[in-house]
Amino acid sequence: MVDQALRSLAQFLPETALAVCFCLAILVGIIFRRRPQIVPVVALVGITVAVWFAIQQTGSSESVFSGMIVVDPFAAFFKIVIGTTAILILLFSIYSSEVQSTIKRLVEYSSLLVAMTLGMFLMAGSANLLMMVLSIELTGLSSYVLAGYTKEAPDSSEASLKYIIYGALSTGLMLYGISILFGLTGGALEFSDINKALAGGSVSPLALLVASLLIIAGLGYKISAVPFHFWTPDVYEGAPVTITAFLSVASKAAGFAMLIRFFKVSFIDSNVVGLPAGFWASLQDFEWNKIVAILSVLTMTLGNLVAVWQNNLKRLLAYSSIAHAGYMLMGVVVLSDKGIAAVLIYFVVYLLMNLGAFYIVMLIEAKTGSEDIDSYKGLGYRSPFISVAMVIFFISLAGIPPTAGFIGKLFLFAALLDAKWIWLAIVGAINSVISLYYYVRVVRNMFLRDPEGAKTPIAFSLPQFAILVILVIPTLVFGLYYSPIVELANASLSMFGLP
Amino acid sequence: MDFLGIGILTWITFVPIVGMVAVLMIPKDNQSAMKWAAAAATFVQVVLAVMIYFSFNRGLSGINTLEGMQFVEKVTWIDIKSVPWFGRIHIEYFMGVDGLSTPMVLLTALICFLAVFASWNIEKAMKGYMAMLLLLDTGMMGVFVALDFFLFYVFWEVMLLPMYFLIGIWGGPRREYAAIKFFLYTLLGSVLMLLAMIALYFSVTIPDPATGERIYTFNMLAMMDPANYQAGSLLAGLGTYWRHLAYIALFIGFAIKVPIFPFHTWLPDAHVEAPTAISVILAGILLKMGTYGLLRISYPMFPELANYYAWPLALVALINIVYGALCAMAQQDFKKLIAYSSISHMGIVLLGMSAMNTQGMVGAVFQMFNHGTITAMLFLIVGVIYDRAHTRDLDAFGGLAITMPKYTGIMTVAFFAALGLPGLSGFVSEAFSFLGAFQTFRVITIISTLGIVLTAGYMLWTLQRVFLGQPNQRWASLPDINGREMFTLVPLAVIVLVLGIYPSFMLDLMTSSVNHLVDFVKETGASMTLVP
Repeated sequence: MVDQALRSLAQFLPETALAVCFCLAILVGIIFRRRPQIVPVVALVGITVAVWFAIQQTGSSESVFSGMIVVDPFAAFFKIVIGTTAILILLFSIYSSEVQSTIKRLVEYSSLLVAMTLGMFLMAGSANLLMMVLSIELTGLSSYVLAGYTKEAPDSSEASLKYIIYGALSTGLMLYGISILFGLTGGALEFSDINKALAGGSVSPLALLVASLLIIAGLGYKISAVPFHFWTPDVYEGAPVTITAFLSVASKAAGFAMLIRFFKVSFIDSNVVGLPAGFWASLQDFEWNKIVAILSVLTMTLGNLVAVWQNNLKRLLAYSSIAHAGYMLMGVVVLSDKGIAAVLIYFVVYLLMNLGAFYIVMLIEAKTGSEDIDSYKGLGYRSPFISVAMVIFFISLAGIPPTAGFIGKLFLFAALLDAKWIWLAIVGAINSVISLYYYVRVVRNMFLRDPEGAKTPIAFSLPQFAILVILVIPTLVFGLYYSPIVELANASLSMFGLP
Repeated sequence: MDFLGIGILTWITFVPIVGMVAVLMIPKDNQSAMKWAAAAATFVQVVLAVMIYFSFNRGLSGINTLEGMQFVEKVTWIDIKSVPWFGRIHIEYFMGVDGLSTPMVLLTALICFLAVFASWNIEKAMKGYMAMLLLLDTGMMGVFVALDFFLFYVFWEVMLLPMYFLIGIWGGPRREYAAIKFFLYTLLGSVLMLLAMIALYFSVTIPDPATGERIYTFNMLAMMDPANYQAGSLLAGLGTYWRHLAYIALFIGFAIKVPIFPFHTWLPDAHVEAPTAISVILAGILLKMGTYGLLRISYPMFPELANYYAWPLALVALINIVYGALCAMAQQDFKKLIAYSSISHMGIVLLGMSAMNTQGMVGAVFQMFNHGTITAMLFLIVGVIYDRAHTRDLDAFGGLAITMPKYTGIMTVAFFAALGLPGLSGFVSEAFSFLGAFQTFRVITIISTLGIVLTAGYMLWTLQRVFLGQPNQRWASLPDINGREMFTLVPLAVIVLVLGIYPSFMLDLMTSSVNHLVDFVKETGASMTLVP
């Protein structure tokens, strides 16, 4: 027992690093009460160490803490994505007016960000229904507080409250689904045990369907899939931009990691033979992927259609991120390694372009005090470099070459066509045309319209540009040379306990 | 042909990018340096194009054989090692030209060079304008020289953004609407093309020369060989539902660019709102990409369907010709008239293509080149008068021949070339197209010739309204065409004249390729076997 725990701890280094970092951040905050600026540095170092540990895990494949958590390349990949996002968000925070104006609370901000990262790391690795709920809760609780961080602003508190209510409801639904599944499988909690139980005995298909629908509701809330997305626009608008950006990338990544692992491991039928390489079958002809397909169509279509009408850039990006979740769900539908690889590729790309867009929104908001699409009028002439970067991110979000976003779309569509899901591919393709319309609205305001009011150039400091360059360069380079991300995704597919 | 170890096609494609970087580095106030930098870059392109013209081996046919392609450059671009469930991803930087693409390369280089001079008086943001123009140039040139479908697609899409900005920032009053309409339409076409491209990718494999392992490929030449289609893949099997779907997706992608009725509605808006030089590029080069794509990709990759859909294509060609001409006749706006005449003239290209014989196809490719030069002239001519009078209303003019005699002279050449007067280049290509089509689709061709009459009608009517009759006193003091404008128009007029008298200068380039294409599509289409 002790042996096992000690061995498990050795595989638990990224999470341990984050936990230690969380405690340290609070301690440092208490000790250096007059200099709260130190705390984000502690958090930055802690998360960097955690990411470094996660990178060390890319080769291993183990189950630790008696099956609660698994350590495998798939989890490591998502930990790296989440950790990188957290690092970038901390860098963004240096220039966030919302965060810097409440400098006394920097301790809470940084430590909660670390806690949220920890929750997401656990989400990426959990292989047990209980662990799933616990990690979702850890992530959720930290993010509720952070969403309401700028408590002086009324919409921030509103965002926080909405987030809690929706979060409580969906976790409740999910728990209900889990309890049904628990009963159906005769007390299995680990995903692999669920799989064995389902494969062995005949289970009422209706009960299984209800249970999965309820669990999908809980996970759909995390990835903001329609119709569980209602919290997204309000929370994204009300929360500080940095937190919005973090939620839109990291929270989604953790949700997807959990969704893919849960459905793949629990419902795979390893006895089916004769499938083409890289495909797998679902148990008992339980076609959960069809549910996901419907979810995907709803998510991307609604996200895109509603985004067209948004005038607040944060809301626009919120709906756009809903649409992107829809695209990524397409990769889950096909039940093939190609599909999952496409999702992983998309996450790398999405991290770059989405964080980039939010970063610019934050910079502009700090200078002009507005996130309204009208305040971007003539920005191309006031701040050309920032505007060109924004165009690159938006073109990438729309999936047009030569940007990384195109590669993401290319691999998703490739996976769909390879599995002969043509109609879904066509829906996805048409959706990306719709999305272009609202991205271009912002571009139009920046370049085709003359500035309203102030026409003076907006200046930014060198480090601000440097952070931007970190995001722009890979967005362009990966569009033309994408071997590294594809190889990374290919290497990160294997999950513990699956062939 | 290499310079500094880099092939001529790479140079001709990326010289504008070099120019773009130079333009971006020039300080804001030095506008004339920007213009000259752009002119220099495009001039280098013209020189390279002329070199290609003279060293092009007219005997080689190309189309589906690597040996027939000239100035080939083939380098591995992306190579991702094999995983069992994905196979190896191998994409090549693969360029080459044959008789189909060389006329387009010449046209692109020439039109872009002239477009720089037509943009000499741009008032706002010269730096951005020239940078976008040069980026657009690279995209267009790349499309015509790429032989790897992935590369082709990247170039195809690279054009969208610069074109959006060029119309949207420097265009006329309704520029925003026109720009976004162009952008959305074209993107819709390209995503459909993307899906067809991926379907082709997963159907075609070639053996890796080193290991013999079969790998998926974007190589266009490999996609043309029925033997490379893998059994059980998406596009294997003759006449399957999927093949039809892929062909139609590709067709819509290209049809939007041509534009083929009913996908043409972006064109009048875009042409009218775009600044003169951009209208010239749109009509002169961009429209050709649609027909070029059909000939380079749709026809040889789906030969059996190219034959199957030949008569529907002839039918839409007929609609394009007659409908375009009728619309042109109804216009008050000079530029809109030319825009609709483009639709009509592109219809002749389509008609020639649908004939599936040498005359028709040669006519089509030659018409692509001729339309490029003639329409470019027409748009430049509209630009000249609009710069002076700031109106394009046809009824506002009259008797311009008196105030602007030189202008009227050069304009007459363009107008007569457009209506197909013998002795000018337009006549040769139109005659070939109709001749070819007559053998295949008699009735459709007979009705299509109505288009010629209509074209003569609106062209002459316009001539009469603008240049003849009582001079309008408002324009009595208009200066005649100046040296710079002359410089943009005269080369085109000379080409139109020379090719009208001795078309072999251009026909020689294309005949063997076009012959081969016709043979290939007809024979392979009739006898092809595809393991389902």
